[in-house]
Amino acid sequence: MPDQLLFGMEVFLNGLMAGVLYALVALGFVLIYKASGIFNYAQGVMALFAALTLVGIMEGQVPFAHLINAVFGTEVHHFGWHLPALVGIILTVGVMVVLAWLVNTLIMKHLVNQEPIILFMATIGLAYFMEGLGDLMWGADIKKLDVGLPQGINGVIDTVTYDIFGYGFFIDNLDIWATVIAAILVIALMIFSQYTKQGRALRAVADDHQAALSVGISLNFIWVLVWSIAGFVALVAGIMWGAKSGVQFSLSLIALKALPVLMLGGFTSIPGAIVGGLIIGVGEKLFEFAIGPMVGGATENWFAYVLALLFLVFRPQGLFGEKIIERV
Amino acid sequence: MFYREAGDFKTSYVDDNQTFPIKFDRWRYYAVLFVAFCVVPFFINDYWANAIFLPFLIYAIAAIGLNILVGYCGQVSLGTGGFMAVGAYATYKLMTSFPDVNLFFHIIIAGGITAIVGVLFGLPSLRIKGFYLAVATLAAQFFLVWLFNRVPWFYNYSASGQINAPERTLFGHAISGPASEPWAVYLFCLVFTVGSAILARNLTRGTQGRKWMAIRDMDIAAEIIGVNPLVSKLTAFAVSSFFVGIAGALFFAVYLGAVEVGEVYGINKSFLVLFMIIIGGLGSIFGSFAGAAFLVLLPVLLKNLLVGTLGWPTDLAAHLELMIVGLLIIVFLIAEPHGLAQLWRVTKEKLRLWPFPH
Repeated sequence: MPDQLLFGMEVFLNGLMAGVLYALVALGFVLIYKASGIFNYAQGVMALFAALTLVGIMEGQVPFAHLINAVFGTEVHHFGWHLPALVGIILTVGVMVVLAWLVNTLIMKHLVNQEPIILFMATIGLAYFMEGLGDLMWGADIKKLDVGLPQGINGVIDTVTYDIFGYGFFIDNLDIWATVIAAILVIALMIFSQYTKQGRALRAVADDHQAALSVGISLNFIWVLVWSIAGFVALVAGIMWGAKSGVQFSLSLIALKALPVLMLGGFTSIPGAIVGGLIIGVGEKLFEFAIGPMVGGATENWFAYVLALLFLVFRPQGLFGEKIIERV
Repeated sequence: MFYREAGDFKTSYVDDNQTFPIKFDRWRYYAVLFVAFCVVPFFINDYWANAIFLPFLIYAIAAIGLNILVGYCGQVSLGTGGFMAVGAYATYKLMTSFPDVNLFFHIIIAGGITAIVGVLFGLPSLRIKGFYLAVATLAAQFFLVWLFNRVPWFYNYSASGQINAPERTLFGHAISGPASEPWAVYLFCLVFTVGSAILARNLTRGTQGRKWMAIRDMDIAAEIIGVNPLVSKLTAFAVSSFFVGIAGALFFAVYLGAVEVGEVYGINKSFLVLFMIIIGGLGSIFGSFAGAAFLVLLPVLLKNLLVGTLGWPTDLAAHLELMIVGLLIIVFLIAEPHGLAQLWRVTKEKLRLWPFPH
């Protein structure tokens, strides 16, 4: 088999893995959008915040250490404990639930019935706030996140592909794990929304707010629930990306990666988010591999957007989005 | 008592249609112009010009531009940073290719070039609406910044990838480059800002502005009553990009002098200008000014307070500033979704009745 084709296949596989991670972030967007019509720009920052909190809890950092030191002139840094990853994750989930409740009580409740653009702006404000809060609480330095997931080249795939093609594919163990975990998460979410009472209530709210309200579903509870789930999805995404490239500010930019995925898949469709993520992941990696060197590289920054844009011109509601019906 | 239409008799249609129908408003407007043109230049120094006046004037132009698109025509755009970059790089190429032509004309032509680019990226708006459009305009943002970063022709093959504004003069005074004088630069920007504001104000209250607003309120209904959505949306994109391009050009040529595109014209710039018009008030020229002033002054004040007075470390102050900006945006949206302009409108209504409550 020619070398170029083999490289291409490797790039394709890696693109699929990256796509799964994009899909994971996009999933958080879709959940909130479906349930409350809010386009939550803060999803990426939530991932950053969750990852920062996880590292902080595991390392036993004192929250707001910088601020306390600056105000009181003390020198506090760490509580001096190291927690196992599982305990840290459970505590972080708790923090995200509290955050979800706060966001709902303090912000979203007061913005009911506002135009979508106002809600969107509010989430941008929330993103700024949480970005500052995360840095202020846990410090702005790059942190290493290690929850015990295996990293490095997968030996089995390397040897198998070497035996078949005479060229070993480089595939990161972490990516494989991310794919598996994302798949489990998606299946769990589907089971949750299909077979549990809360899940049904959630789908009812997504379908029609007023009707759901009139059959006795508490909108408030559902919104807190959905923001909590989005927080949990953000945590998972934060762990994956954090383990891959360190917990730092750039983590919040994955939200920008998820937006074209959403456009492609449709804002209201969970399968759309996954398929869109895969298309974008593979598309941008292959484009960078095939065309990138000719035009100066780093095309990953915009390729996804342009692809989604061209796509939307032909199908304005995305791949799986609900058909947009307009009436006067 | 003094803020009344009463007693101010209009005897011609021109009088009747003027921008400020109330005498007090008119005098206030002239007074502000007088102070801006004839008083401030004598007292301005480097710090005031660079920290407050220049960013305020330039962001005001950008905010007016974006307000036309978002506030008047209802097409949400997140590509402002990219369009500002187009203005900046167009000016740079013009300045270095035609050094004999005055910078004033370069900036206007740069605005025109940005308008063309804006129309190109506005084309999808005919098919895509709402959030899908907002995200689609991000394509412009990322693609344009990437283009200026990667294609050496745009930065004249300079080794650093930066663009530097060469020195240019107007009436014998340097307005760009390292030797520029703050008062000359200030006046130069002021002329553009006032010109943009007058142009925008008169555009938005004329036929075209009404068409934009019809499209904003309900595009299908507008189409049925005979507003051409193609022409309206694209003119909104063109006019908006024209102003945004001028703002980007001024930002580069006379304010910063040297620009690294990813840093200066990144996505944060788009959000900043969007915040300005949201806080200031969508669909209001005054709101564009108020929002720009608010978001230019806020960081300066916070920095002075936290770093200067309380003596906190700068990184801590920066984080706190992010939180406060985010919080203020949320508080504003909850308390007054129509922005500072609405507060101003309410105040004027109250003033008109004062001293009576009803």
